[in-house]
Amino acid sequence: MKAAVVVFPGSNCDRDAYYALRDVLGYEVDYVWHAEPRLNGYDLVVLPGGFSYGDYLRPGAIARFAPIMDAVRAFAERGGRVIGICNGFQILCEAGLLPGALTRNIGLKFICKHVYLRVENDETPFTRLFRKGEVLRIPIAHGDGRYVCDEVTMHQLEVRGQIVFRYCAPDGTLSEAWNPNGSMQAIAGVANATFNVLGLMPHPERACEAILGSKDGRRILQLSG
Amino acid sequence: MFTRNPQSWREMGLSDEEYARIVALMGREPTDTELGMFAVMWSEHCGYKFSRPVLRLFKKYREALEGAGFENAGIVPLDDQLGIAMKVESHNHPSAVEPHQGAATGVGGIIRDIFTMGARPIAILDSLRFGPLSESRNRYLIEHVVEGISSYGNCIGVPTVAGEIYFHPCYSGNPLVNAMAVGLVPLSRIIPARADVPGSAVMYVGSSTGRDGIHGATFASETLGEDQQEKRPNVQIGDPFMEKLLIEATLEAIETGAILGMQDMGAAGLTCTTCEPTSKSGTGVEIDVALVPTREPNMTPYEIMLSESQERMLLYVQAGREEEVAQVFRKWGLNAVVIGRVTSDGLVRVRHRGEIVAEIPAHYLTKECPTYSLQAEEPAYLREVQQLTIDELPQPCDWNEVLLQLLRSPSIASKRWVYEQYDWLVGAQTVLPPGKADAAVLRLRNSEKGIALKIDGNARYCYLHPYRGAQLTVAEAARNVACTGAMPRAITDCLNFGNPQRPEIFYQFEQCVRGIADASEFFETPVISGNVSFYNESERGAIYPTPTIGMLGILERVEDCIGAGFPEAGLAVLLVAPLQNDDPLMGLGGSEYLAVVHGLERGTPPALDLHAEKSLHRFLVQAARQRLIRSAHDISEGGFAVALAECALIEGIGARVQLPLHPHGFSAWQATPPPSEGSRHDALLFGESPTRVILSAEPALVSALQQLAAAYRLACHALGYTGGDKIVIRVGDAPLIELPLARCQKAYEEAITL
Repeated sequence: MKAAVVVFPGSNCDRDAYYALRDVLGYEVDYVWHAEPRLNGYDLVVLPGGFSYGDYLRPGAIARFAPIMDAVRAFAERGGRVIGICNGFQILCEAGLLPGALTRNIGLKFICKHVYLRVENDETPFTRLFRKGEVLRIPIAHGDGRYVCDEVTMHQLEVRGQIVFRYCAPDGTLSEAWNPNGSMQAIAGVANATFNVLGLMPHPERACEAILGSKDGRRILQLSG
Repeated sequence: MFTRNPQSWREMGLSDEEYARIVALMGREPTDTELGMFAVMWSEHCGYKFSRPVLRLFKKYREALEGAGFENAGIVPLDDQLGIAMKVESHNHPSAVEPHQGAATGVGGIIRDIFTMGARPIAILDSLRFGPLSESRNRYLIEHVVEGISSYGNCIGVPTVAGEIYFHPCYSGNPLVNAMAVGLVPLSRIIPARADVPGSAVMYVGSSTGRDGIHGATFASETLGEDQQEKRPNVQIGDPFMEKLLIEATLEAIETGAILGMQDMGAAGLTCTTCEPTSKSGTGVEIDVALVPTREPNMTPYEIMLSESQERMLLYVQAGREEEVAQVFRKWGLNAVVIGRVTSDGLVRVRHRGEIVAEIPAHYLTKECPTYSLQAEEPAYLREVQQLTIDELPQPCDWNEVLLQLLRSPSIASKRWVYEQYDWLVGAQTVLPPGKADAAVLRLRNSEKGIALKIDGNARYCYLHPYRGAQLTVAEAARNVACTGAMPRAITDCLNFGNPQRPEIFYQFEQCVRGIADASEFFETPVISGNVSFYNESERGAIYPTPTIGMLGILERVEDCIGAGFPEAGLAVLLVAPLQNDDPLMGLGGSEYLAVVHGLERGTPPALDLHAEKSLHRFLVQAARQRLIRSAHDISEGGFAVALAECALIEGIGARVQLPLHPHGFSAWQATPPPSEGSRHDALLFGESPTRVILSAEPALVSALQQLAAAYRLACHALGYTGGDKIVIRVGDAPLIELPLARCQKAYEEAITL
């Protein structure tokens, strides 16, 4: 497996993703600078978390114009697998590679803590190692993670199974008390219509080793087949 | 006698004598730019003119002053490859005036202090003190200080891993915001703040220079007055995105090997970064301020030399390799401009479009800064407040209610509302996060070792007995780190006091420094860096003397680290304590219980048994290393009962314990406790005798643990077991406390939400 971790000015989870992919999963990994126009020879492209361009204007709003994004779009159109984590998810939404938008958390504060996620679709390339309904414990760390979209989009997401993860209680039930940022339908992660692009607010790269309190993130980054 | 109006130097904080000294040194009156440069460099904030004679009590500081130099003084070797750099700094006055930016730039400044040495910043800690939450101004301050730290630290991708927050009326009007940063540096790549080589380039990198923060160092060196809102222009504005770029670019540029020296532009900006390194190296420097990138047109040399705009560094670069270094910064979208050269004439020469606007021998600004031996006088209040006759204190009848009241006290209650706003996990190295242990523990990539970090203060103790209070603060910080299984190794301190020109304040300062120095030498945890913050006063008076102690501990194997919470049911609960305790107040003097329940801040804090304390640290490290314990939590504010409740609340595992009756808060309890008629339940439950830790352990390992404790000359008592959903404390046969965890949790978790 060969993975690329894209580095924007202000990315700050690039190193964490790099080490998780290289040291835990044993992939070959390259950092790819935002100004690069090409992405060749990769099995996976990761847009890491952080504050690209200082979150100026809106999280992800400037990063979407970086030269590398044309390459990411082309890579995705060829069927390549792309994961956007946290700020990476925001960038994918801003770039139109994923539907919807991520807005200010409902409590208006940054939140960093472990949350519980329910796997809603276990047939995507990112979730084949899970079973539907399985509950994962993975940390979040964001100020702008409230997922919103229009009704038509929401209907499509549900019908096509593009909702991949939802925030839930430890037993897997859904309730507003366990939805940390007020996301519509408790959405924590969505895929595109062809399921090769995934965006999620929680940080799987921070949950790959027992010493950090959870290994549940490993299987999201571990691509089968 | 002088042509200049005295008002001009007085407004900059210089005395008439100091101005006369400048004129005598220079042999002429200074130019405007020169006067500004003297004023900031001779402020207490930069020149330590009042504190330096006392700081010599710190061994490392004394050695550095006497020739060893400060270069590597702030770095603790981890092994033969890597070192840990750490430092704490206050940003109290800016935060009082503009809490968000004040706190944010406090974080930014201390982070730059770390990577300017070549270290990658890996952790932030913060120690905060505010007036009571009942006042709306204080709620405003805490909300925006936390937001400032969160917005800055989260954005630059450095985790905020630990801290402390206290509330007391003495901080209304003058909150304390102390930020600490920790970094990891390859020992072969430490960059000094020096300019050794004449001819090397002086390179300005980072943000452009604006008019913000001019005379910030002077502002820090005076008391906040009613005009504090007018000081808002003195507060700098932070840009964490720029800082993040600066961190990455600087660390990448160091890899070229062409950077010979470096200093960040913090207090006194370009003035400090030109005169300090050249003064240390015995060289000189010549710069042209017209080359400095500015945010506004027509900035004067005075403004450029004194600006404290954030996110700027000054580099000393090997001649001929300027472009190589500049390219790295340009890749990151940052300014990188050669503004001058190192010379060998000992002068700081500042030109503006060629014309000389300042020319001062570098050491006039640094070594010639006057130092003053201020007068210390024992404050009149001390004798009065130390009086406490505990026999006259009525004992409450409902112990459950007292425990809940203490858990709800904001200084004790859960700080979850705060730390969940901080990204404590970015970097993926945080093994024990906030709320889980007595100190944060980080693993380190490419090393088996781990580090434990904590920052602590106990202002009430220091108010009641400055020397003892400071010692107890050091002891608690060391104990907290040891509770995770780490050996306490080094200290960085932030010394927050009132106006030192008042003899009673200077007495507090001197006594506290003495207490820290003595304890740190005894524990073999040298003070390797620090900061002095005076003039913490408002119209309501001076703050309590508040030294805060940042402590570094090292774990030989990070996977041996221990949390504070009971991890499961069925474990033995034990108490480790010294064999002897002669405190006549049984740990009640200056306790949180006394303050919260009786409204008294009186009595003397307990004396510290240094030998027992140091033994306890070593015992804890061994117990963790030998995997004899499952959790360890020290007893501090709120005493045994609060500590036990905290152990239970962390993972939601209850406990049932029985304490023997004993007049000394049972810390002196031997194998067969002597029963006592006059013992006080409040002292047993809520006394704060130091050097005590609550452990949990597999029942089968209790005797091994007791043997280990005996070898360290400590008492180790099995008190009961973990399990259930209640906290039950019996004393003798009497059930004093029986509370459902859920009620404790509600009290503990809901006290701080804004």
